[in-house]
Amino acid sequence: MAARRSRIPATKYPVERFTLDNGLRVVLTPDRSAPVIGVAVVYDVGIRSEPEGRTGFAHLFEHLMFQGSENLEKLAHFRHVQGAGGTFNGSTHLDYTDYFETLPSNALERALFLEADRMRGPRLTEENLRNQVDVVKEEIRVNVLNRPYGGFPWLTLPPVMFDTFPNAHDGYGSFDDLESATVADAADFFRRYYASGNAVLAVSGDIDVAEATTLIERHFGDVPARPAPQRPDFTEPDLTAERRTSYTDKLAPLPAVAGAWRVPDPITDFIGYLPYVVLAEVLTDGDASRLVERLVQRDRTVTSLGGYLGFMGDPFDVRDPTALLLQAHLPPGGDVDKVLRTIDEELDRLATDGLTEGELARTQARMATHLLRDTDAVLGRALRMAVLEQQRGEPGLLNDLPRLVGEVTEEQVRAAAATIRPERRASIEVIAGGAK
Amino acid sequence: MTATVPPGPRTLPPLGPNRRLKLPQQAERTLGNGLTVIAVRRPAVPLVELRLWVPFGRVHLARGAMLSQTLLSGTPTMTSVQIAAELQKVGGGLAAGLDPDRLMLTGTSLVTGLDRMLEILAEVLTGATYPKEEVATERDRLVDRIQVAQSQPAHLARVALLKRIFGRHPYAVQTPETDEVRAVRPGVLRRLHTERVHPADSVLVLVGDVQPERALDATEKALGGWAGAGRTVDLPPAPPLEPGPLLLVDRPGSVQSSLRVAMPAVPRTHSDHAALQLANLIFGGYFSSRWVENIREDKGYTYGPHSLIEHAVAGSVLVAAAEVATEVTGPALLETTYELGRLASLPPKEDELEQARQYALGTLQLGMSTQAGLAALVSAYAGNGLRLDFLAEHAARLAKATVADVAEAAARYLAPAKAVTVVLGDAERIAPSLAALTAVETA
Repeated sequence: MAARRSRIPATKYPVERFTLDNGLRVVLTPDRSAPVIGVAVVYDVGIRSEPEGRTGFAHLFEHLMFQGSENLEKLAHFRHVQGAGGTFNGSTHLDYTDYFETLPSNALERALFLEADRMRGPRLTEENLRNQVDVVKEEIRVNVLNRPYGGFPWLTLPPVMFDTFPNAHDGYGSFDDLESATVADAADFFRRYYASGNAVLAVSGDIDVAEATTLIERHFGDVPARPAPQRPDFTEPDLTAERRTSYTDKLAPLPAVAGAWRVPDPITDFIGYLPYVVLAEVLTDGDASRLVERLVQRDRTVTSLGGYLGFMGDPFDVRDPTALLLQAHLPPGGDVDKVLRTIDEELDRLATDGLTEGELARTQARMATHLLRDTDAVLGRALRMAVLEQQRGEPGLLNDLPRLVGEVTEEQVRAAAATIRPERRASIEVIAGGAK
Repeated sequence: MTATVPPGPRTLPPLGPNRRLKLPQQAERTLGNGLTVIAVRRPAVPLVELRLWVPFGRVHLARGAMLSQTLLSGTPTMTSVQIAAELQKVGGGLAAGLDPDRLMLTGTSLVTGLDRMLEILAEVLTGATYPKEEVATERDRLVDRIQVAQSQPAHLARVALLKRIFGRHPYAVQTPETDEVRAVRPGVLRRLHTERVHPADSVLVLVGDVQPERALDATEKALGGWAGAGRTVDLPPAPPLEPGPLLLVDRPGSVQSSLRVAMPAVPRTHSDHAALQLANLIFGGYFSSRWVENIREDKGYTYGPHSLIEHAVAGSVLVAAAEVATEVTGPALLETTYELGRLASLPPKEDELEQARQYALGTLQLGMSTQAGLAALVSAYAGNGLRLDFLAEHAARLAKATVADVAEAAARYLAPAKAVTVVLGDAERIAPSLAALTAVETA
């Protein structure tokens, strides 16, 4: 029997969209299979939009959105969400900032109240600002300064690949910039970017659409209307010559390397972009993938390996310019040049000889599993749909992703592989300063 | 726009009625070979989650770790690449992991691939070959990974804490020495597999878009032939905590200190457990706790402090953990001791308890709402001899616990006098401020 393809299944989460008079876009996706809801508010502002001299500001501001709002004291937001049996968080990305809760469904109206209240305005005080600058500095110490490979490669590679401040700078921010931030900066940032017209609200899970619509109108309807700001042009030209740097990480016991290559615009050229998403998995997903088999198993030049789209691992929620990334940790004394040469060689082989029997189909089947698994969490659906609405006006794309990934052809993957050339590569090497 | 709230102060809307905890449809069977199989229906997405718990207590650490690294490296008919590729074909994947209680095989696939994933699992369980080349590769990789772990403060703090808590118990050391790893050969792994990877006392959990009875049939067909009756090994009970001087572990140049405070705890089935869980939440077990509001939201000493009851087969322990700025290490310990002492000495407020209770009950619902969450829960319960219906029992205990119950649990378990404290950091800079507060010994 010929190699049989696993049929790629799809989800059929229903999608309702509407826009309030103040410009707030809303996405509802009901699913009553469990008594839980996901609530996400996404603002169209991220690391790329922060002003020069204010690195890390988008993230710092995210913290300030939890410090009390029009009708809520400091600490109240946390207490009201958790006291309803829910969990919360927020996160800052290159192109957006999200705020979200997962809750038992009897807390729907409470969650809407909380999000509407801070959309009207956070309480920006000097005391809260100083407190959160301290907290963010500890966050940076935990995640970057006090550990090996901190910020590798998501903070260390963009400045190699990009030339302009929005794309190249450190999104966690320098301590100097963080300490220079003022309440006035925060108020300006809020006024400019946290506009109803610049936001999307998504609610998923155990909701009745009519009831949820009424509640959303009740709580968000009178949030003052402010239009979305004009989004700046962040485009940069592709590299025409290889760029390569290195740095010593005094805590790192093993050498490491990461390379990045520009990919087509994920929004305006989605069909051109998808083959790169598949290519990353063909190269690195599991023991049967190209680069793991070659570099880890056969050559033993690499001890662990990863490949993905987007500096924050965000294939479907980032705009142009973005990249395909490959990163590897090497055994002690490993030869980074050799690893990069082998990667070039494997991509060349893929572009020239194509894929083996069944290689593409099995990779696509596995990708479908990962995509479906992500959407199983009620919050995963709300967050993903909110961003798809914000960046594409197409929240329902979530249901179609497994199928679209499955429709990528061998020819497209080969063509994508042919563009992953050393002369278009930006790479960074970590020299193991902590090697024993 | 219709029916908007009038301007002016707005009040928080009340919660709707609590949703009842509904347990999913499930079935269980013990196969002839002693394997317990539990299948749970949650059809949300067309996937199935697999968890296989194989008791693995008292296994030689380096050999156990290497077995989990190489279990999927080959069978008489398949190489490691073929195993991975065959699983991928059905959207599947398997991974093995180890802790001092069990070997755990974890998998996910498209639900249409369940039979195939079980077939491959059976082939691995009955015929893993531990090929020489692959074992050599994985040996080097494990050594590399251990070196990376040893450069991470959280890992080093954990190593010191476990040693301090568990003394000579098998839980005391959970990361093998690199020299021991280098000495592991394929023959040893094959012997360990024969001796310990057997179906008796193992539990397989399947959760997903399955008909439970049919999933049991499929499992019986695939795994009915997994034989072998090696030894069963019981772990001795974990020793009680022995309070003593704060243990200071030096990490020169560290820009943060890793603060770890261990306190006694009880297993899930103990009559104090629900009250202790609530006391822990009020202390530091969630964001809206006294400890987090104090050392993060008031003082800005730290980013992500958390306090958690860790359950293992041989005993439970409560661990509070925070990474704090080096210059405030002493003050952070002071506030930690203060918050523990305050809760151990004075009853919590009624509204604090209600908030913690709602959180505990709500997050039970959230945890069950995904296939992966449900699989992890069912497997953790089953590995400790419990079934999903215990969740309803636990929820009822959480609902009933009074302020007095929680105060009593706090006095019994959260008293700072009973704590075992380990701090990893730049000793030269932090020792004086710690020594001002408590007796300190240096590792």
